[in-house]
Amino acid sequence: MSQQAAIAFQILQSVFVVIAAPLLTGWVNQCRAWLQNRSAPSILLPYYTLAKLFHKDAVIAHNASRLFHLTPYILFGCMWLAAGIVPVLATGLPFTPAADIIALVGVFALARVFSALAAMDTGTSFGGLGARREMLIGFLAEPAMLMTLFTAAFISGSTQLTTIVDTLAHREFAIHPGLAFAAAAFLMVLLAENARIPIDNPATHLELTMVHEAMILEYSARHLALIEWAMAIKLFAYMTIGIALFLPWGIAGAGDWPALPLAIAALLVKLAAGGAGLALIETLFAKLRLFLAPEFLSSAFLLAVLGMLTHFLTRA
Amino acid sequence: MRITELPTDVQFLFSHLQSVALETMRIIELPADVQPLAGAMPAYCASLAVAALRDVCQQARAQKARLVALWGSDETPRGAGYALHLALALPSGLLWLTVALPREHPRYPSIADIYPCASRMQRAAYDLTGIHAHDSPDHRKWLRHRAWPGGVFPLRKEFDIAGGFPKSEDRYPFVRVEGEGVHEIPVGPVHAGTIEPGHFRFSIVGEKILRLEERLGYKHKGIEKRFEQLTLLDAARLAGRISGDSTVAYAWAYAMAVEGAAGVEPPPRALVLRGILLELERIANHLGDLGYLGNDVALAFGFFQFWRLKEDLLRLHAALFGHRYLMDLIVPGGVARDLTPEQAARLNGFIERLRSEVETLRSIYDDHAGMQDRFIMTGQILPALAEKLDLTGFAGRASGIRHDLRVDHPVPPWRQAGVRMASHTRGDVAARVSVRFDELYESMRLVQALVAMLSAGDIRVPIGDCPAGRRGVGWVEGWRGEVLIALDTAEGNRIHRLHPHDPSWQNWPLLERAVLGNIVPDFPLINKSFNLSYSGQDL
Repeated sequence: MSQQAAIAFQILQSVFVVIAAPLLTGWVNQCRAWLQNRSAPSILLPYYTLAKLFHKDAVIAHNASRLFHLTPYILFGCMWLAAGIVPVLATGLPFTPAADIIALVGVFALARVFSALAAMDTGTSFGGLGARREMLIGFLAEPAMLMTLFTAAFISGSTQLTTIVDTLAHREFAIHPGLAFAAAAFLMVLLAENARIPIDNPATHLELTMVHEAMILEYSARHLALIEWAMAIKLFAYMTIGIALFLPWGIAGAGDWPALPLAIAALLVKLAAGGAGLALIETLFAKLRLFLAPEFLSSAFLLAVLGMLTHFLTRA
Repeated sequence: MRITELPTDVQFLFSHLQSVALETMRIIELPADVQPLAGAMPAYCASLAVAALRDVCQQARAQKARLVALWGSDETPRGAGYALHLALALPSGLLWLTVALPREHPRYPSIADIYPCASRMQRAAYDLTGIHAHDSPDHRKWLRHRAWPGGVFPLRKEFDIAGGFPKSEDRYPFVRVEGEGVHEIPVGPVHAGTIEPGHFRFSIVGEKILRLEERLGYKHKGIEKRFEQLTLLDAARLAGRISGDSTVAYAWAYAMAVEGAAGVEPPPRALVLRGILLELERIANHLGDLGYLGNDVALAFGFFQFWRLKEDLLRLHAALFGHRYLMDLIVPGGVARDLTPEQAARLNGFIERLRSEVETLRSIYDDHAGMQDRFIMTGQILPALAEKLDLTGFAGRASGIRHDLRVDHPVPPWRQAGVRMASHTRGDVAARVSVRFDELYESMRLVQALVAMLSAGDIRVPIGDCPAGRRGVGWVEGWRGEVLIALDTAEGNRIHRLHPHDPSWQNWPLLERAVLGNIVPDFPLINKSFNLSYSGQDL
C-alpha cells in the first residue's frame, strides 16, 4: 500500500466518522420513537440541531474561566481522535500505531476529566452534582472497559486495536467463548459511558436526576453544538469499537480498495442493527436508581474478568 | 338553635369546652350561636372567643377532627375589627369557626403546635390580612415576595388596588444545615420542565437529602382580592381558574357555596352531570400523572401511552362539552351544558376502551422490575406521620388516612352512585401509584354509573338575589383532595370575603418529610407522585 493511499484512507475514515456520527444518533432516536408507538422525527434532526446551535450567540457565565471556553474543543478533539484511530473501515492505516487500547481509554478519560472540570468551573450546584456523578460512573466504567479490551488483547496477543481486529477478522476462524462475556460487559460499559438508559437519560429535562446533561447545562450555542457533536462521535466510536472487536467481519484489509464498498455496506448494516438494539434496550428498561449504577458497572467488570478467565481456560 | 339539636360530635366539642371552663374556672365566652349552614354538604358555623380558640382546637384534635383551612378576613366595613376563620372537618360535617379580633393589634394564639399544617396558613393570613399568630415557631413571610412591602396587607378593605409599590428587597432566611460535607442545592423557581414555579432548597450530603425546604408563593396573583370586586355570577369563571387542573372541583365547590348562601338547590340532572365532570377530571389527571411517573424513571413508553390516552380524553371533552379541561361548565344553579343520549353513549364507549387499555398498561407497570424498584419504599410517609400532619386527598389514602368526601358525606349524586374508597398503607410512591390506578378504575365505573343515572329534567335553575352577610360552604373531593370554598356575601350580590382552599396546603409540608433520607435523583419522582398545586396554594 502506498503512503498516499494510506493517508487518503485515513483522512477518508476520519471525515466519514465526523459526518456520519449524528446520523447514528438520529437513527437511534428514530428507532426509539417507533418502539414507543410515536411518529419519529427525521433522521437528520441532529444535523438541524447542530446547524441551529452554530447560528446562535453563545451565553457564557461571567465567572467562566478559559477552561470553560476550551473544553468543548478538547472534547470534540478527543472524540474525533478516538473515532479516527479505531479501525472503522479498514485496518493498517497510518495512525495504527496510536490505536492502542490503553491509549484509547486514556483519550476517553481525558475528555471526562475536562468535562467534569468545566462543569465545576462556573460554580453552579448542578455542574458540581453532574461532575460528581460522572466521576462515580467513570471510575467504575474505565476498569470494566479495560478488562473487556484486555480479553480481546489476550486472544490476539497485542494491545493494538488493528492487530486485534486483523486477528479476529482475517485469520483462521475460531470460536472464542471468552469474547461472549466480554461483549456483554462492553455493552454495559457502552450504556453507562454514553449517558444511556438505564444509567442516564439522554432525553432528560429533570434537572435533579441527570448526569451528563447536568454537566453541560451552562453551555450554549457553538459550545453546546460541539459537545453534542462530540457525544454523537463518542457513541459512534463506542459502537465501532464494539463492532471491531465482536463483529469484525467485512472490514477492509490494508490498502484493499476493492473491499471498501463492502466494508462501508457491512459497517452501515452493523451500525443500523446496533442502533436499533440500543433503542430497544432504552425502551425496555427504566432508569436505575443512581446507587445501583455501581452494581451495574461491577457486574460489567465481573463479566469482563469472567471473559478473560474463560479465554485462559479454553486455551489450556 | 339549641345545642342538643346539633350532631353529637359538634355538641361534644362545645359541651366539653363548657366543662373545661368550669374546671379551670376560666371565664370563656361560650359559643351560643352554633348554626347549621344551608347547602349541599352538612356544615355548621359558630363564633368563638379568642380565649377559647386553643381549647377548642385541642378538643377538636382529640376528637380526630381535621383542620381543613385557616384564613383571615377584614370585618371593618361591618363595624367590627378583623376575624380569624377555621374550618374543621368533623365526622358529621364541616365546622366553620369565626374568631373576632380587635381592630387594633389583631392577634390570636398560634395553633400550629396543635395542627402543624396551620403554620403556613397562619403566615399567609398575616401576609394578606395582618392578623398575627403569637407564640408561633415560624414568623417568616409566606405568600409575600416583592410585590408589596411588609406592613401592607392586600386583603384589608382599605388596600388600594390601583396603587403600586416600588420593588422591595426580598429577604427570606432558609433554615441552614451545618456539618462537614453538607451543602445546599437551590432548585427553581424556574425549572427545566413546563411546571409551575416554586423554590426548593435541598441540604444534602453526597446524594442524600438531609433537609428540603420549600418556598412557594411565586404564583400569588391576588385571586381572593379579585373575588371581592366581582358579582356572585361573574366570580364563577374566576373560581374555575384557581388551579387549572382542578377546575371542575373548584367550580363545583364555588357553585355549592353560592347555592347554599342563596338557598337554591340545583336540579338532580345537574348534580349527576357535575359528578360525571368531576370524575372525568380525576381520570384525566391520574392518566397524565401516571404517564409522568413513567417519564421520571425514564420509561418513555409509559409516558407516551398514558399521554395518548389523556389526549384522547381531552379531545372527547372538547367534543362533548366544548372545553378540553372542562372549564366554565359548572355554574351556580346547575351546569351550562347538557349531555344528549348520543353523547352519553359515546362517552360510555370511550370509557370501555379506556378501561381495557389502562388494564394493559397497569400490568406493564406492575410487572416492570426496574420501575417497581424505583417506586417501592421511595418517598415514604407512614400512616402515623400522615395523621399527625393531616395528609389529605389520594396521597393521604395511600398512607392509611381513609377520608374521601364522596364517602364521608355522600350527598347526591354520590349517595346513589356509591363510591368505593381506594386505600393503601405503605405510603410510598408505589402506594400512591396503586391508589391512583384504583381511583382511575373507580372513576371509570362512576362515570358509567352516573351516565346510567341521568334522568330527564332541567340542568340549571336561576340564582335569585342573595342578601348580604350570608355564608355558604362548598366542599368537594377533587382529584388531589378536598377543595373548600368558604363564602361570605356582601351587598348587591357581591362577595365580602371568599377563601378558596386547596388540599396542597396540607400536602406540601409532607413532601418535605417524604424526601428525607432519599437521594436527590429520586426527588422528581416523589414530587410527581404527589403532584401538588402551586397556583391553588399561592392564590
